[in-house]
Amino acid sequence: MTATYYTRTAVTLHWLIAGFILAALFMGWTMTDMAISPARLKTYNYHKWVGITVLTLALLRLLWRLTHRPPALLPMPRWQRFAARGGHALLYGLMLVVPTSGWIYSNASGFPVVYLGKLPLPNLVARDKVLADRWHEVHEVLAITLAIVVALHVLAALQHHFVHKDNTLRRMFQWRH
Amino acid sequence: MRNRLTWLALPLAFAGLAWAADLNITPAAGSKVTATFKQEGVAVESPFTKFTGRIAYDPAKVTASTALLEVETGSFDFGDAAYNAEVRKKSWFDSATYPKAKFQSTSIQAVAGGFQATGQLTVKGKVQTVTVPVKVSASAAGTVFDGSFTLSRKAFGIGDPVWEGTVDDKVVVKFHLVGGK
Repeated sequence: MTATYYTRTAVTLHWLIAGFILAALFMGWTMTDMAISPARLKTYNYHKWVGITVLTLALLRLLWRLTHRPPALLPMPRWQRFAARGGHALLYGLMLVVPTSGWIYSNASGFPVVYLGKLPLPNLVARDKVLADRWHEVHEVLAITLAIVVALHVLAALQHHFVHKDNTLRRMFQWRH
Repeated sequence: MRNRLTWLALPLAFAGLAWAADLNITPAAGSKVTATFKQEGVAVESPFTKFTGRIAYDPAKVTASTALLEVETGSFDFGDAAYNAEVRKKSWFDSATYPKAKFQSTSIQAVAGGFQATGQLTVKGKVQTVTVPVKVSASAAGTVFDGSFTLSRKAFGIGDPVWEGTVDDKVVVKFHLVGGK
């Protein structure tokens, strides 16, 4: 059977990860301006839990992608095909490195990551102020890059669907049985 | 002449053995004092960067030993300026009014590998009796004293009620003290 649709697993992972990425970006954007309070501390914790969830789902998704051939891209100009492939590769990479850089930043600041407040994750680096400042910057720049690539991804999908009318969006709302 | 000097030197030597030498404790000598606060399952260990202490330790007569440690509460370093400012506030350490936390031993008992120090812990003007197990070892820098104990921050009136349920009441104080002459 030639695959015209994504698998149900791929579609589910796509939307789950999309939701968690938006939540993490929103929290990350707002929490740094919050005054010191339990609410701020909790938001940081939730942000980390959501980030670890994205990392885990992204690893599963990468495994799935490597073992399941996705449907071919819809007909489009060569440059768009190139941009789509590059954009998707970039998204996969960022889904993995953005949460990982945050995890390192947290550890370098002296905060171990305890998933859902129950499962302690290993410390990737020891506490170090200079390292923490550096990874804070790396995490921020990578997260902003992710936000930009996600925005381009959404705009491109909308343009294909509504301007070129090629039913692109339907591919992420249907799956093969 | 030679004999007389020997007679003079002997009692001095004995006196030196009998009186335990006072060991000075400073961060510069590699000593560390940290407090571990736990919030929502995340234990964060942070150091006090300023403290002084004096330990008179005599392995031959452990019960005669004494220990004193004074820690500057305003030197607690979370590694974040905003949190550092928070913990120095009135509801937490109130470092402006109570700049120092102090442990003064009242009795010391020998136990395997070191001793057990009972003494008065004064934090934020409140006094509690605590018993601390201390492991003693030797290093190139001098005699090393390691140990930790758990305290209730609320017993000392430390912590704003708004943090209730977020930050645990139990705080672990850990120390690694290197005694220098």
